[in-house]
Amino acid sequence: MRMLSFAIKNTKELLRDPINIAFTLGFPLVLLFMLSAMQANIPVEMFEIHHLAPGIAVFGLSFLSLFSATLISKDRNSSLLQRLYTTPLTASDFILGYTLPLIPMAVVQCAICYIVSIPLGLEISVDIVYATISIIPVTILFIAIGLLCGSVLNDKQVGGVCGALLTNLSAWLSGIWFDVSLLGNGFETFCNMLPFIHAVEMERAILSGCFEGMFPHIWWVLGYAIVTLLIAIHLFMRQMKRQ
Amino acid sequence: MVWIDTMESIRIEGLTKRYGEIVAVDDLSLSIMKGELFSLLGVNGAGKTTVIKMLSCLTSPTEGDAFLNGRSIRDEPSSVKSIIAVSPQETAVARGLNVRENLELICGVHGFDRSKSDIKIAELSKLLGLNDVMRRKAGKLSGGWQRRLSIAMALISEPEILFLDEPTLGLDVLARNDLWDIIRSLKGKVTIVLTTHYMEEAEELSDRVGIMKDGKLLACDTPEGIMRIAGANDLEKAFVHIVRCSP
Repeated sequence: MRMLSFAIKNTKELLRDPINIAFTLGFPLVLLFMLSAMQANIPVEMFEIHHLAPGIAVFGLSFLSLFSATLISKDRNSSLLQRLYTTPLTASDFILGYTLPLIPMAVVQCAICYIVSIPLGLEISVDIVYATISIIPVTILFIAIGLLCGSVLNDKQVGGVCGALLTNLSAWLSGIWFDVSLLGNGFETFCNMLPFIHAVEMERAILSGCFEGMFPHIWWVLGYAIVTLLIAIHLFMRQMKRQ
Repeated sequence: MVWIDTMESIRIEGLTKRYGEIVAVDDLSLSIMKGELFSLLGVNGAGKTTVIKMLSCLTSPTEGDAFLNGRSIRDEPSSVKSIIAVSPQETAVARGLNVRENLELICGVHGFDRSKSDIKIAELSKLLGLNDVMRRKAGKLSGGWQRRLSIAMALISEPEILFLDEPTLGLDVLARNDLWDIIRSLKGKVTIVLTTHYMEEAEELSDRVGIMKDGKLLACDTPEGIMRIAGANDLEKAFVHIVRCSP
């Protein structure tokens, strides 16, 4: 009940910001339409819809990190968190209250991305449902990044780190727009050591019905998600104690 | 001075807070009675806000302890949090929620059911005159209305002890007087610890006043008692005299 009240507050604040909606839903869809239009005129395998849609679904989640981090840092900045720290809410209530509202938002965002991809040529199959559900571990990863950044950065820094750096990292190091091996072995190895390319490959495998293809990518995603979440929880609790 | 009863509400025993070499609060001992309005006065950096942060379990003391209605801030922080409320120095409202939703949030985090929440919201909105702005976004309210909302959010949990950290900072004269009326109406019902830079505010509202400097409590008495000690005819002169004459 206590955690739910806090989660409802966060949900309302996230959904009422038109910029949040525009970026989390609008921007990925604009990219999807643009790249599909390019594909129609100059066919490139990378931009075929079954290849492109999973990448866009993962890329769209980077905006959730930005908005969750912004919400947390604004709460810290406004002293609202300081007030709430003096209530019976526990550390786990805070962490769940910030995390849980974003999971359904991410699933809806992913579902809309795949549904919009259908008229663009994506074949209707039950694999779309599986791919939508399997976005959840990726969602946890991006939410954890948001929680981490929101715990240590102010709202202006969050804009730079999550808004510019993270969205670019998840765009350029994920193999959404180009084959990372084109930039050499070093770059490919570097990309493979990060979770973004594995998140995209996992989604591509599941969407194409090749479930064995999700391995080992899911382990990379889960590993990064768990470690990032643990670090985020530690940093959140540390700033809580530092009040 | 009228007490609800003569029992102690807050007992502070040798409370000390150090940040490295800096001593923010130095061996503070003090007793505040139930229903009393106690004001902490001091220049910037005197340690007032640190005292409130320790008493509200936001930060742990380096040494000493305090007991709020018998509950230790060191050993029973959860129990302490269930009987206190804090209105922080900066505006502490959810700016994206409307006034009613802000009040509902606090009811929810204190575990009130729907009907109790509705009753408390109706009661507090009447007390603080919030009815006309219930559907307005908190972030769009003026500073004075945000302060009212902030105090309503602190009171809605039915606290036994209320901490008001510079509640009228930055408000115009009318808004400040309105808030004074509200704070006066709470006297005797809730134990209030207030920090302020405004001497007339402390003189107007307080049962007793504590003057702090460099983390130490220099004087503690009624406003009249403080003026008598300093040989001054108003609290501001008495405050300046006591702070300047201390080592």
